[in-house]
This record gives sequence, C-alpha cells and structure tokens, in this order.
Amino acid sequence: MPTIDLATTSLRELNGMLHRLQRDTNETHWRVLNPRGQHAIAVGLDAPVLVEIEGHVGYYCAGMNKDAMVIINGNAGPGVAENMMSGQVHVKGDASQSAGATGQGGLLVIDGNAAARCGISMKGIDIVVKGSVGHLSAFMAQAGNLVVLGDAGEALGDSIYEAHLYVAGSVKSLGADCIEKPLADQHRAELSRLLAAGGVNGGVDISGFRRYGSARRLYHFHIDNIGSY
Amino acid sequence: MSAEDRWIHTTPRKSATFDDYAISEIRRAAATGIYDIRGFGAKRKLPHLDDLLFLGASISRYPLEGYREKCATDVTIGTRFANKPITLKIPITIAGMSFGSLSAQAKEALGRGASAAGTSTTTGDGGMTAEERAHSSILVYQVLPSRYGMNLHDLRQADAIEIVVGQGAKPGGGGMLLGHKISKRVAEMRTLPEGIDQRSACRHPDWTGPDDMEIKIHELREITDWEKPIYVKVGASRPYYDVALAVKAGADAVVLDGMQGGTAATQEVFIEHVGLPTLAAIRPAVQALQDLGLHRKVSLIVSGGIRNGADVAKCLALGADAVSIGTAALIALGDNDPHLEDEYRKLGTTAGAYDDWHEGRDPAGITTQDRVLAQRLDPIIAGRKLANYLSVLTLEAQTIARACGKSHVHNLEPEDLVALTVEAAAMAQVPLAGTNWIPGQRSG
Repeated sequence: MPTIDLATTSLRELNGMLHRLQRDTNETHWRVLNPRGQHAIAVGLDAPVLVEIEGHVGYYCAGMNKDAMVIINGNAGPGVAENMMSGQVHVKGDASQSAGATGQGGLLVIDGNAAARCGISMKGIDIVVKGSVGHLSAFMAQAGNLVVLGDAGEALGDSIYEAHLYVAGSVKSLGADCIEKPLADQHRAELSRLLAAGGVNGGVDISGFRRYGSARRLYHFHIDNIGSY
Repeated sequence: MSAEDRWIHTTPRKSATFDDYAISEIRRAAATGIYDIRGFGAKRKLPHLDDLLFLGASISRYPLEGYREKCATDVTIGTRFANKPITLKIPITIAGMSFGSLSAQAKEALGRGASAAGTSTTTGDGGMTAEERAHSSILVYQVLPSRYGMNLHDLRQADAIEIVVGQGAKPGGGGMLLGHKISKRVAEMRTLPEGIDQRSACRHPDWTGPDDMEIKIHELREITDWEKPIYVKVGASRPYYDVALAVKAGADAVVLDGMQGGTAATQEVFIEHVGLPTLAAIRPAVQALQDLGLHRKVSLIVSGGIRNGADVAKCLALGADAVSIGTAALIALGDNDPHLEDEYRKLGTTAGAYDDWHEGRDPAGITTQDRVLAQRLDPIIAGRKLANYLSVLTLEAQTIARACGKSHVHNLEPEDLVALTVEAAAMAQVPLAGTNWIPGQRSG
C-alpha cells in the first residue's frame, strides 16, 4: 500500500501519481499522511482506487472525483467532493460549506455536520449527512438526494428543481419553491437504500423523516411569482 | 388648416426624453407587468472605439511596406503558469456562447471558422458538445456558476479553461435560457427538466471572493496537472481591481468584457444600464497589469462591440493582447441578414434589429433549438464566412499596424492614437485630436 507523507512530498507529486494510475492498477489502496489542511488533495481522480487521508483537509478535497473512494479521517474544508462524477467520498468529521456542490453522481457521506450550502446545485449526487446542515443547503438542487439525519438551516432547497431532500430533524425554513411532500413507499425505499449506502444501519426510524422537493411553481417565469425570485 | 391656424400651432414635437422607444417600453411594461428580456448587447450610443483615430506614419515615424514587410499577429497565452500554453495565429478569439442559446450547427460553424483562422472558440453555459470539440482545434472550456454539463472528461480535453465571474452585458447577473430552447438534448446536458425556463446562478457555488478564487484556480490546475492556461472572465465594472485580483489569484489571462458585449438573454434594463463601455475599461485594466509588472505576461483579452480591424487595432494599441468577438461572429454566420427580412417582419422586427434570441425562433437557424430552423444553417458555409470575416479583421488590423510602422500588431501603442471627443480622450487616456491634452493628466 503506497503511503504518501505530505510533510515530505508535495501535493503536486501526490496528485500526479494518482492521476497516472491506470484503471487496472494493482496499487488500489493509498494512504496520505499529514494533510495539514492543504487544499485540492486527491482531486480529479479517475481510477477505482481507495485513498485514505489521515487528518484534516482544506478546500476541494476529492474535487471532481470519478470512480475513486476517498476517506477523510478528519474534517474537510469548503467544497469537499465538488462536482463529483462518481465513486464515494467519506468525511469522518465535519465538512465546511458547499460540500458536494454541483455533484453529478457518486455518494458523499459526512459523519458530522455540514455547513452552509451543502449540496448546492447538486446534479445527481447522493449526499448523506449524519449531523445537521447549514443554511441554503440544496440551493438550486437539480437532481440526486440529500439525506440529513440532524437539522437543516434556513432556506432549505431554495429554488430547487428535481432533487429529493430527506430530513429527520427540524427545518428552520424552506426556500422559495421548496415544499414538504408525502413520504410514499418508493421514497421510504429510496431513503432506506441511501441510509444503508451511508453506513447507517438500524437505529434510525425512516418514518421520522420528512421529504421536501420542488413545488415547480418557478419553472416558468410568471408575473404572479415575481416576488419569489 | 387656415392661414391663421398656422401661426397658433407649432410643429408636432416629440420629447427627446420620452422618445418613441421609451414610450413603447412604458406601454409594454404596463401591458405585461414584467421586464423586457432580449439578446444582443447594449444598443444605446456609447463612447466607443470609433471615437479614436490612428495617426499613422509621418516624417518622424516610418511605415512598413503594405504588402511586403511582415506584420506578425500571433498571440501566445498561458506562459505564466501553464505547461501547455496555446498559440493563436491571430489576436481575435471567439467568445463563449452556449449550446442551448445557439444551435449545434452554429456551434459547429464557430469551431470551423475559428479553426480555419487559427484561433480559439469557447464553450458556454451548458457544457461542451462533441460537435464543437471535434471542429475546434483550440477550445476554451468555461467554468460558470451553474456548472451545467461540467465534467472531468471535458475539462481535461479542453485546451484552456475560462472561469467566468461576469459578463459585460450583465455584470453581477446570472444567466437565463427560456423554455423554448430547453430541448431534450439541452435539458439532458444541463440535468434539467425539458421545457422549463432555466435560471443560472450569478455566484459560483463553491467559492466567494478573490482569496477563494485563488484556491479554485489552484484546484483546476491540480486536476489538469498544470497543463492548461486558465483565464478569468469579468464584466467591465471595476477593471483595475478586478484585473489585479484575477492576476493575484493566478490567472494566465483576463478576459474583460465591456457593456456592448452580447448575451443570449437578459433584462433590457441590465444590458443598457450596468457596466462600463469597453473603451472606458481597457486602460485601467492595462494599468493594473503594468503596476504588477505583468503586462504582456498575463494576457488581456478585450471584448464588447468589436466589429472591424480598426476596433481590433485600437484595443491592441490601448494594451490588449487579443480581442474576442461574439455578436459579430453570429452576424458573420448569418444573423440579422437582410435576405431574411420577410421573416423578421413576421416576428415584429427587421433585419439589423432582431434581438429576441431567447425566443428560439431565429430564422437564420443560429439562436434556436428548433430542428427545422437550425437545419437552415449550413455549418460548412457559415464556418467559411466566419473564417473570411476573421481574415478581414486581421488584414485590417495589419494594415493599420504597418501604417504605424509596427512589425507586430502588439507593437501598436497609445502614442499611435488620438481621440475625437473629450470623453474618449479621458477614457482612453490619449490626447484629444490636434492637442496634447489628455483630460485628467497634466498637459505635456
């Protein structure tokens, strides 16, 4: 298992090594030591490998990830897993703002809390936050699922499109065009799948979740809705 | 009317303030209750490059022979940080315009024309299409707030990356693409429901402010292994500080888009009343680069109302490294062509004034997603027209540069220019014609 110590190896060298991996590489499990809050660690990966980072990371860790699994044994700065294409990113601590921003696919799991704008403009990513999320989470969320086991801050799902939001705790307020929707059987099944994927096995009452989505009133510009924009 | 009446009635006189257009807009607003949305750029009269003149050669300045002595036009962008800088044969690029706002045929034509001329074209808000990648020898990939269609594969197959902070037609505004143009393909590329009115955010989702932008640029460089030049595009509003901040954030190039720059769709009030004219924005931007010791090292690409080779030469003389064209490129493809006058009239407009690009009913097949209309545009013929137009712009700029004694268009300088108006002299910081007076500076 390759172990890269960022105290002695540059970020450029690390990312370069990870980018040169072929899809059939035998070096499938990497450890990164002493990240010390550096930005852009393990960004742009496109091979099915596991990268474990031992410590806190700065901005954009695992940005645009494709196929890889990145585990952060610490906290993550802004934009963790931004625009992720596929694969999985797991933050064992808390995440700063814009976690999973614009993610196109894959799974982002945050064991702690996520700050503001979690899942902003998400486009197909699944996000499971075991703590709470800050204000304007799922702003303009287009597709994918956001599951929050804790609470959600102000303006959840503002200007949302077709993403599905599930929150177990309280929601301080809903944003423009975001409404509560019934939790039907297919949504329970979807939620169950997402919780299992996020490693939440048992001890969570699915019926305690509430589902939110788009009222679709802002899908077309109309004079009667102008106050909502 | 009797002879006496002629003396008590004046000639009917319309208000200069409440002119026909202002009155029609009040009536339109009263009837609909919503602001006017349109494409194109600012249409009002603004101080512009027409207000400048070149002096040409004289006893103290030697010209170059027009057809025999070389006047180079090449531009290299990205030497500051990128491992793979790009070199353009001409100092004119094609601005970012999205597939969605434009038909696939139009995007292909832009790629064909730009490639034939040896220059770059640019994606837009909606991602990269296979057609434009295939037909663009040098393609700049825009990273916009919406991140529609953004993906790792396309980022890596681009030749350069452009982070869009703002646009001259609407600095501080987001984008919009109305439902008529959200076809199945456009919707799929943007992960949106088909036929809705699409909104684009005005702020990036994962960074705010110049310090964050520096980290974002660093991330993009890491993802692409420091290969690609990274541009930052701003609408002209505070050009000195915006350029300085973009440079500080690590840009290889800054694209500065004046308020005459076009848009696919935005509010008329935004187009006409926000931002700086191109003429007023260039010198502060150049000053920022000079103050940082990076003029001609960080490239400055100016856009907004470029129409001919004189405009190109004037921008370069004021300190730009290249210009970018959008509206002019669409006109070269066939937009607003008089041969479509009958169809423009059916749309309530006339050739030369058509700006309802957002409605998707463009009879030229350019600003539309209607399959039948789009098929009217032959990408090969339209691409050839664009290549011809780019060739003329370049020849004209070279003609002026030679007359000023320059062996490279980048050797043009403010000293080659004078201004026709006090306003233009102040904005361009060149003397009022026939004087040595530059407003705001001590006379020489």
